[in-house]
Amino acid sequence: MLQIKDLHAGIEGKEILKGINLTIRPGEVHAIMGPNGSGKSTLASVLAGRSDYEVTGGSVDFLGKDLLELAPEARAGEGLFLAFQYPVEIPGLSTINFMKTAVNEVRKYRGQEVLDAAEFLKLMKEKMSLVNIDKNLLTRSLNEGFSGGEKKRNEVFQMAMLEPRLAILDETDSGLDIDAIRIAAAGVNAIRSKENATLVITHYQRLLDYIVPDFVHVLYNGRIVKSGGKELALELEETGYSFLKNEMNIA
Amino acid sequence: MSTITTIKDKAQELGAATQDALQPVRAAALAAFNQLGVPAVKHEEWKYTRISQLFNQSYQLGVDLSNTDATWQTFRLPEYETANELVFINGVYNPAVSTVRSAGLVVLPLEEAAKGEYAQVVSKHLGHSGKYMKDGINALNASFLVGAVFIGVNRSTEIEHPVYIYNITDGRAGNVFAQPRTLVHVAANAGVVMVETYGSIGVADHFTNQVMEVVVEQDARVEYYKVQNDSNRSSLVSTTHFRQVGKSYVHAVTISLNGAMVRNNLNMVMEAEHCDSNMFGLYFTSGSCHVDNHTIVDNAKPHCLSNEYYKGILDGSSTGVFNGKIFVQQDAQKINAFQSNKNILLSDTANVYTKPQLEIFADDVKCSHGCTVGRLDEEGLFYLRSRGVTEASAKSLLLHAFAIDILDQIRHDALRTYVDQLISERLGT
Ligand SMILES: Nc1ncnc2c1ncn2[C@@H]1O[C@H](COP(=O)(O)OP(=O)(O)OP(=O)(O)O)[C@@H](O)[C@H]1O
Ligand SMILES: [Mg+2]
Repeated sequence: MLQIKDLHAGIEGKEILKGINLTIRPGEVHAIMGPNGSGKSTLASVLAGRSDYEVTGGSVDFLGKDLLELAPEARAGEGLFLAFQYPVEIPGLSTINFMKTAVNEVRKYRGQEVLDAAEFLKLMKEKMSLVNIDKNLLTRSLNEGFSGGEKKRNEVFQMAMLEPRLAILDETDSGLDIDAIRIAAAGVNAIRSKENATLVITHYQRLLDYIVPDFVHVLYNGRIVKSGGKELALELEETGYSFLKNEMNIA
Repeated sequence: MSTITTIKDKAQELGAATQDALQPVRAAALAAFNQLGVPAVKHEEWKYTRISQLFNQSYQLGVDLSNTDATWQTFRLPEYETANELVFINGVYNPAVSTVRSAGLVVLPLEEAAKGEYAQVVSKHLGHSGKYMKDGINALNASFLVGAVFIGVNRSTEIEHPVYIYNITDGRAGNVFAQPRTLVHVAANAGVVMVETYGSIGVADHFTNQVMEVVVEQDARVEYYKVQNDSNRSSLVSTTHFRQVGKSYVHAVTISLNGAMVRNNLNMVMEAEHCDSNMFGLYFTSGSCHVDNHTIVDNAKPHCLSNEYYKGILDGSSTGVFNGKIFVQQDAQKINAFQSNKNILLSDTANVYTKPQLEIFADDVKCSHGCTVGRLDEEGLFYLRSRGVTEASAKSLLLHAFAIDILDQIRHDALRTYVDQLISERLGT
């Protein structure tokens, strides 16, 4: 469903992604790990369509469409969702009002009937209990004054509301306590299906205990330098990334 | 003959024709206007608002035009059926189409109030705003005083229904110049909600120079809303001057959505201890609209609180001006005065000039001020769009979110819904 070929991207003339190749098929869960600053969030942002980054080469195909040609909202319409590493605070806009607009605009994009107030409320209640989020949080200004964990939980809630085909979770586990990680993972697993896929960016094996990946990739200095099965994550937990530097030096 | 000469002649003529109790005030104001004239561009308070250009064309002087047809009704505010409605047409109060329905609310021609039971109040307070605005424009208004109104709120009464004040200009017979004037007296322990709005009839240049003075006595409470969404050819100088003579509460919200050149003067003179006042404002402009908010907070006594927060959204080649003066006199210890002005520029050709001006002569006070001018938050925009919200809707959600804390200050529900609607229409949602 997602095919990234030799993707190069950067900002202000500085290249950050230096030739990414990655294929994700329906039903799969991929994990990307890698040291700080290696380009994980940049990859996620480029996929979601953040315009600060300039794509200088390569291609991305998402469900048969040229993803890089689409506006961010069209990517969401097509079924892409990015849970931000740093969710943005928007004073004056509640999550509920935001989601009312988002859900219906995505439905319009997908050629579905828009939800009326009652239907929306029903959907919201269902997803609220799925990710165990408090209604109070959803009526407050979006992410404003939320704790780190509350922000991440809100991202998972929004993901559940929008029912994406491909969810990219950028360090959604950071800042979450153990119970919250379990709930977040349950949220992800609840929307998992043969048709959907997940890309998890994380530093910790812990999340992968709950969202078990089919593939684990190591991103380093703008490239995927190692891929493997779920055991690679365990290995990294043991040894850290020091091996990378050695390998890279030899190469 | 120049416009200014015509205006002066008219003022003279009115004075001669109406030998009423207000004549000395009129004469003094005309003398002041003769001396001060129209503020020139170099006048510090009018630097960005070039009021003199409005005097380069001829107007009919509204006082002769007492139209009473129903056209003004298109400007009616929501729930008018239960409100008190005071209608000024071309600056002249029109009792025939006005309705005063609340017990405890007194509405009189100003010249009558000046000689009856309210004579003391009128002589003490009429023209007090002139002490703060020595610029000719204020004097010009006082040199007419025709069809001016006195509004009294009786002691210990909570006026049940809001008082809607419509400042209508009818330009169907040509350009029109109007000068509405009101003096409001809110007696001790009384409460009132007032809403002012503006409307122009006909395709012409409309120029309104309006002054309202409000005297707020001990333990009185005033909520005051001003909603401006006038035509592209309607200019307005609107002065609202509060004088808190006893410990009292004033909550003022100014919403400016359209007009040609709009200048709001909002003064809060706090002459008693423990006064509390809020001044909120939102201007959302586009095209070539110009909105200038000049505010003055004058703290004469200790233990007062003023809280001022203005926000602006400027699109097209529109201009916003904010000037907030806070005076803290020597005796006004332990006062709190907060001021903030935040702006979002939506286009490269929009401009905003913002200036706080604090003059503090007491040493134990808490004052803060801040202003920001920025663009729409790109991070926020991307965040919303990444969830499937179109760029246009995302912008409108963000702007609405920016405006909401001012809108929420409108405590009169029907009015808040109405203003919210106007803003949503502007945002295209
Ligand atoms: N907007 C930007 N402006 C300048 N440099 C940037 C920008 N975004 C990313 N970079 C740089 O690109 C590199 C990759 O950043 P990125 O955020 O993708 O790393 P990451 O792998 O997600 O790191 P972490 O694990 O800390 O989240 C870093 O060196 C970062 O400083
Ligand atoms: Mg990152």
